[in-house]
Amino acid sequence: MDHLGTSVLFAGNNFSRLLGGLWTTIWIALLALLIGLILGTFLGMMRTFKNRPVRLILRLYLEFFRIVPTVVLLFLAYYILPRQLNINLPAEQVAVLTFALWVAAEFSDIVRGALISVPKHQRESGLAIGLTHWQLFRYVLLPQALTLELPATINLATRVVKTTSLLMLISVMDVINIGQQIIEANGQSHPNGIFWVYGLIFFFYFIVDYPLSLLAKKLNAANQH
Amino acid sequence: MAKEILRVEKLNKFYAKQQILYDVDFSIAQGEVLALLGPSGSGKSTLIRCLNGLEEFSTGDLFFDGQKMVPTEKNWQQIRQKIGMVFQSYDLFSNLTVLENIVLGPIKVQKKSRSQAVQIATRLLKRVGLADYLQTYPRQLSGGQKQRIAIVRALALHPEVMLFDEVTASLDPEMVRGVLEIIKELSEKDNMTMIIVTHEMNFAEQIADRVLFLEDGHILENTPSKQFFVNSQTERAREFLESMKF
Amino acid sequence: MDTNIIQAAIPKFIEGFKVTIWLSLIGIIGALIVGLICSLLQYFKVPIVSKIISAYIELSRNTPLLIQLFFLYYAFPVIGLKLSATFCGFIGLTFLGGSYMSEAFSGGFNGVSNTQIDAGKAIGMSRRQLARYVVFPQGLSLSMPALSANIIFLIKETSIFSVIAIPELTNTALDLIGIYYRSNEYLLMLVIAYAIILIPLSIVLTILERRVRYGSFGN
Ligand SMILES: Nc1ncnc2c1ncn2[C@@H]1O[C@H](COP(=O)(O)OP(=O)(O)O)[C@@H](O)[C@H]1O
Ligand SMILES: [Mg+2]
Repeated sequence: MDHLGTSVLFAGNNFSRLLGGLWTTIWIALLALLIGLILGTFLGMMRTFKNRPVRLILRLYLEFFRIVPTVVLLFLAYYILPRQLNINLPAEQVAVLTFALWVAAEFSDIVRGALISVPKHQRESGLAIGLTHWQLFRYVLLPQALTLELPATINLATRVVKTTSLLMLISVMDVINIGQQIIEANGQSHPNGIFWVYGLIFFFYFIVDYPLSLLAKKLNAANQH
Repeated sequence: MAKEILRVEKLNKFYAKQQILYDVDFSIAQGEVLALLGPSGSGKSTLIRCLNGLEEFSTGDLFFDGQKMVPTEKNWQQIRQKIGMVFQSYDLFSNLTVLENIVLGPIKVQKKSRSQAVQIATRLLKRVGLADYLQTYPRQLSGGQKQRIAIVRALALHPEVMLFDEVTASLDPEMVRGVLEIIKELSEKDNMTMIIVTHEMNFAEQIADRVLFLEDGHILENTPSKQFFVNSQTERAREFLESMKF
Repeated sequence: MDTNIIQAAIPKFIEGFKVTIWLSLIGIIGALIVGLICSLLQYFKVPIVSKIISAYIELSRNTPLLIQLFFLYYAFPVIGLKLSATFCGFIGLTFLGGSYMSEAFSGGFNGVSNTQIDAGKAIGMSRRQLARYVVFPQGLSLSMPALSANIIFLIKETSIFSVIAIPELTNTALDLIGIYYRSNEYLLMLVIAYAIILIPLSIVLTILERRVRYGSFGN
């Protein structure tokens, strides 16, 4: 007897399949974040340099990612990589690549904003004691910028997690795609199952993102003082 | 003896568990000027903010015109029309022009007609030499101008008492005099009752009838001004005065 | 790249363009209304209601729009609530955007400095008068940057409505790719279409932000 449809979640290996899908979602998000943050740090630093062409190109790079919706970015990579560049990657890697480039763009702006908000005399005192530009970044500016940029970075991470919901569009076997398979397979026997499957996925996303946003809010409040 | 306007009895104030003011007692009579002096952090701002309810006090009583103050939000709104306050950071409303800053209280709080309020504002602005700035926004003014307008904004409600909390502390030196002269004129011409927190000792000596000397939340002296500046009663007050000199 | 293909597709893209604009417009208006109401209720700390609003904001902000849409479009019919795709789009965008806009407004209201509020209290203003003449006007101008970021964000989010077959821009492009198997042309047109919407809009919003910035001057 199942009036509610909850049993769909636990029938067979459904629950572990959903967890597996969640794991795919999470590792794609983590890997994209890792690559994107590293790349974005360098791009952000370069955007504080004096060199105009470099700054212009990086600005355009950022604006491109600001304007084009992530769904479209995914399809761009999905179609253009194999057809134009003859690069055939599994969909997961296409996703990681796309998200990483997007994260790098957004993060470069966060890094740049934090760097230019470090007081000028800090930079000058660093140079005055003979630090090279790289040492200045490494030992003075980045550490100071880090506390400023942390809340925005965590918020970016929550956005990446939410954006992984789009993975199903390029046929990655993520938690939503697996959820849909389960719904379809059980649609006849458990018409209410759809509610519970989507409910669980909704909950999954929430428990990943909610603590992160809470942390970002706390850190932000602390920074205001 | 002039009539008493404000009396504070056994006022205590805590922030969380920390006590900031200890059994503060004093009163001020009509037309009297009280200088509230003391080192930074001694509780001067906290004390005068308690007088118009910007800070809640923990225990104690406040009497205004002989009436005991019952600290409800409504009562405070009434009392605040009779107690004007000017702050260190001017705090003109940045979204309003000079004129709107001044007439806001008379129109919205005291329900005066707009023409009446504008009349009051123009007269007061003339008095402080800023009649040409009616339509200006605060950000276009210098600190000294902003502070003179903040005084006008408070006066427009026709208060019986004025509180000044280090109103010249953020000003460039050449702006200080203009503001202090207005305060002095208020006392001399209008016989305004005032409590003044200031670090300008010369000014305090000239204008104050009496000095309250506060340290660590205790009132150490409540002395006529002539005596305080020449011959303070406590060692601490003498040290404080000494430290204010070069 | 084949210009004929591009030309032939222009009418379809114009249709999609209209749908995207229309959907964005009603969704953003809905979001602004919901956001403003929520932020006001929270500002005045209306008991119970403000707790419920907090819960709504956290749920909406911490879950993907795609799942919110699937719920509306696929799961609700099971309990007898069948909504058209476009209506789902409107509700979805309003549900998602309402929380973002509410946070933007609240951020503005809370950003008004305490000294301005003290100054208002000191001339005897009531809480409501303070809100009306000081906190809201200044708060609104402080919230402008966040509001305009949200507007851009929500327009981009309409691309997700392609999954419930609303014929907006992305859906139009994907359909065409599916039929004619020409991705370069259609994707290029798609990117350009978003640029046509978003570049002028962000310029206008930036100008608007500069205009209303008085609130951030404090004194
Ligand atoms: N909001 C507050 N919370 C906690 N402590 C405060 C607060 N405001 C002031 N204090 C403390 O109260 C004491 C008196 O402060 P204040 O009245 O501003 O002194 P003054 O105006 O004489 O410099 C100080 O020790 C200060 O740290
Ligand atoms: Mg003080």
